[in-house]
Amino acid sequence: MREERSIFYKIDWVLVGLYLALVLIGWLNIYAAVYDENYNHIIDLSQKYGKQMIFIVAALLLAMGTLIIDPKFFSQFAYFIYGTFLIMLILVIFGGREISGSKGWFAIGGFGVQPAEFAKMATCLALAKYLSTLDVDIRRFRTLIIASVIILAPAVIVLLQHDTGSAIVFFALIIVLYRAGLTGFVPLAFIVLPVLGILSLLLPKMILAAILLAVAGIFYLYSNRKIRVIIIIAVVFIGSVGFVFSVDYSVNNILEPHQRNRIHVLLGQDTDLKGAGYNVNQSLIAIGSGKFFGKGFLQGTQTKYNFVPEQSTDFIFCTVGEEQGFLGSSLLVILYTSLFVRVLLTAERQRSRFSRFYGYGVASILFFHFAINVGMTLGLVPVIGIPLPFVSYGGSSLWAFTLLLFIFIRQDSYRYDLI
Amino acid sequence: MERLYSDRKYIIIVFFLVIGLLYIARLFYVQILVDKYILSANNNVLRYMTQYPARGLVFDRKGKLLVYNEAAYDLMVIPRQVKSPDTAALCELIGIDRQEFTDRLKRARNYSPYRPSIFEAQITRENYGFLEEKLFRFPGFFVQSRTLRKYTYPVAAHTLGYIGEASPEVVAKSSYYRPGDYIGISGIEKSYEEILRGKKGMKIRVVDVFNRDKGSFQEGKYDTTSIAGTDLYASLDADLQAYGEMLMVNKKGSIVAIEPQTGEILCIVSSPSYNPNLLVGNIRKKNYGMLLADSVLVPLFNRAEMASYPPGSTFKLVDALVGQQEGVITSDTRYACGGGFSLGNGKVVACHPHPSPLDLVGAIQVSCNTYFCRVFRAIIDKKSALSVRQSFEGWRKYMLSFGFGRKLGIDLPGELNGNIPTAAYYDKYHGRDRWKSMTIISLGIGQGEIGITPIQLANMAAIISNRGWFYTPHIVRAIGKRDSLNQAFVQKRACGVDPKYFDVVIEGMANVVTGGTARAVQIDSVTMCGKTGTAQNPHGKNHSIFIAFAPRENTKIAISVVVENAGFGAAWAAPIASLMIEKYLKGKVTRKDLEEWMIRGDIIHGITLPDAGRTEHILQD
Repeated sequence: MREERSIFYKIDWVLVGLYLALVLIGWLNIYAAVYDENYNHIIDLSQKYGKQMIFIVAALLLAMGTLIIDPKFFSQFAYFIYGTFLIMLILVIFGGREISGSKGWFAIGGFGVQPAEFAKMATCLALAKYLSTLDVDIRRFRTLIIASVIILAPAVIVLLQHDTGSAIVFFALIIVLYRAGLTGFVPLAFIVLPVLGILSLLLPKMILAAILLAVAGIFYLYSNRKIRVIIIIAVVFIGSVGFVFSVDYSVNNILEPHQRNRIHVLLGQDTDLKGAGYNVNQSLIAIGSGKFFGKGFLQGTQTKYNFVPEQSTDFIFCTVGEEQGFLGSSLLVILYTSLFVRVLLTAERQRSRFSRFYGYGVASILFFHFAINVGMTLGLVPVIGIPLPFVSYGGSSLWAFTLLLFIFIRQDSYRYDLI
Repeated sequence: MERLYSDRKYIIIVFFLVIGLLYIARLFYVQILVDKYILSANNNVLRYMTQYPARGLVFDRKGKLLVYNEAAYDLMVIPRQVKSPDTAALCELIGIDRQEFTDRLKRARNYSPYRPSIFEAQITRENYGFLEEKLFRFPGFFVQSRTLRKYTYPVAAHTLGYIGEASPEVVAKSSYYRPGDYIGISGIEKSYEEILRGKKGMKIRVVDVFNRDKGSFQEGKYDTTSIAGTDLYASLDADLQAYGEMLMVNKKGSIVAIEPQTGEILCIVSSPSYNPNLLVGNIRKKNYGMLLADSVLVPLFNRAEMASYPPGSTFKLVDALVGQQEGVITSDTRYACGGGFSLGNGKVVACHPHPSPLDLVGAIQVSCNTYFCRVFRAIIDKKSALSVRQSFEGWRKYMLSFGFGRKLGIDLPGELNGNIPTAAYYDKYHGRDRWKSMTIISLGIGQGEIGITPIQLANMAAIISNRGWFYTPHIVRAIGKRDSLNQAFVQKRACGVDPKYFDVVIEGMANVVTGGTARAVQIDSVTMCGKTGTAQNPHGKNHSIFIAFAPRENTKIAISVVVENAGFGAAWAAPIASLMIEKYLKGKVTRKDLEEWMIRGDIIHGITLPDAGRTEHILQD
């Protein structure tokens, strides 16, 4: 085994290729989003595309660095890395800088670094490490509790930084637990509950309760009518009804006003296009005006003239939609989906449980970011400010996602060395 | 152990794929299926700036500028861009209250949140300067320059007409006009709207989210430049018009003068009138309401073309011409006048004292009622082979070819038909074949159902001076170039009476002035031919009517004057016509006494200057 040659020989070039493609697409679209006839020099550090260029160069160095680190380092130091980032997350609450309402930034030189972005990677490592430990079985209550704590600890701290979006991302790791053997009811609940919540805001409560009763009745009729099953059905039914009736309260009392507005906008109950609905409406206008072929690179009027807020970060997908049209934006969706599937299939071929679970974590987090971000620009998901991986402007998120992915690529390149 | 769950990868992969497909489907819907987003995108960035062309100017026949343009400024608003403005300050700037401000903004929003609407129309130049300095504080508001019509002389209001914002009905029907656009509403402004208005242009500008101009859309590929309106040269003589309006002060009625050889209208006076500058700019609404509300003077009513009168004795000229053409009389035909024409049922059409019997020239000169009743009767009963009905329709044909009973087709809106009754009308009134010449005898002396507009009356004078033909009277002699001809009015129209029959009638008309019913209104060294008329009417005292032309040969002006409820034709209409002719032919008026008598005569309030022996010359016609 000749190590020197094998590193670049054994790494998964499909993943690297997808990564590079996304980063390049990201840079081009950031250039388009902030493009100004008067300032169009490609390397101009006063402009976002100039900075992003530096972020990208740094990210590529980071990726290469990751590829030469001993792969065992990450599994052995998983808990240590996790612990380090938990501490940093706590520190940032006290010593951090506040940027756009969230206190999650360390100021390093001229740049802000957001530990929360890196915490996702660290949590993936820790969760994979824990789940790959001998004798750990997620079907056991104790394991489930510990796994949940690993996931929820950073989420709670991030929530304290008022960064709801980043906090929600951690829940994506349920996919890892599901793959590890967690009962399918839990992820199902994570899909069903939001749907039920939305329905409870749209339909009268009593009608919804009646529908739930009917569903419970059907389950009862088709069940074997053992006491245990009946109890489960009854508990689920009562829980659902309780959830339905508590949604209003939660929305009105627990959520912050802007979050509440975003939900109303999504449900079409708030049509104030100047207020809460402005972003999404402008986003849809930009994407919709791209038609099939798009307006062409740098030709997007909505993009160029700043009609869409947060254009280079959270709403970067609008630039793609407007300038590259249906063709370009569908290709981007296909590119992302290919990435997720590729990561998943690569994870499945791992001999090490750690690598496999870590791979699942990578896929889950990337997928969740993509689904929320693109869904938001398309008006399918409430406005939650999280970046589109590799494409959105920003150093922290690019570096964190690069690390996240390349640690996995490094693990994968090493799979044949495991006996 | 997790090998047990390795099948779950399929569920997860399917989940990823389902979300991917869902998003592509959503993209398909948003980008391909619906159009509203691209429309909104255009609304976001594109600003359509209308380029208003300058409206065409109007000159009079001597080249004097009558109507021109002056810059005015409209305050426009794009409701979507109005951001919690300092309402009070803006209200104060344009002098409205807060409620009015809210209402106007709402109205503008109802039209379109994206397109500019007029917020305050026609700000004066001084206010504009003041406003422009402050306008940066009020996003969503901008000023667009427009042009206002201005009138050099405060005359010919009815003829020149006015412009105003196109009504919602017009906007709905037309593809050219948008709310706030100006359109000719009356007079020349209306009838020559498409020539005067020019063609609007459109500039498409691109703006950013702060409504800052970012340049033209696609290098101006879709921009169009405006084309200025075409100038008009009216046949109107501004001096004559002004003089006529002065003479008609405090009288109801009209003066129409035509150049017979061309059909060009030299003046149209309709009194009472108003100053055309009253209906300009943002004072228009208020003044228009005021003028409209005046039900006594009805200043907006253009009597010259919209009122029809019984022509009275002036109509006897037509009897004389048609009678000759039909062969029922010659110039030598004499009828005795026994002080009236007996209708056979004990009733008599009375006549005033004069020598008898008279020939045709003499009958015109003294305006004998009996004579022309008999002529009319002879026309209707001429041929025993024809029924009364058929003869009447034959007579009616002459009337139509004289330009009576139907619109002449002048180039001003609102012209009236006048009225020449049909046989069917009398059938309906009296029963079929239950009427004969005697039933309708009053038509012979220009009374009864007959109605003729002052323009038709003046045109009749033109026909006689031309000996049988006319051009449709028109007010615009040239379009675009001063020495061109208005091609719509180059067709000669014949009246159906042979030229040879006119000399005797003209002779009679000359005698009217030299020694007949209008002998007091001779003009030195000018042979004027005229005919008085005194029209009985149901509205009060008789209308004073006079038609005339001069000089007798190589005629320059044909005129009709109607002074409502002023008595004999010789009393008011004839002197006014005479003064007008003098003014037009000689450039100035020497008979200052007569002029002052006419100007200061207030028929409306019944006040005239002391008689001074003048009325003894006024003869009944």
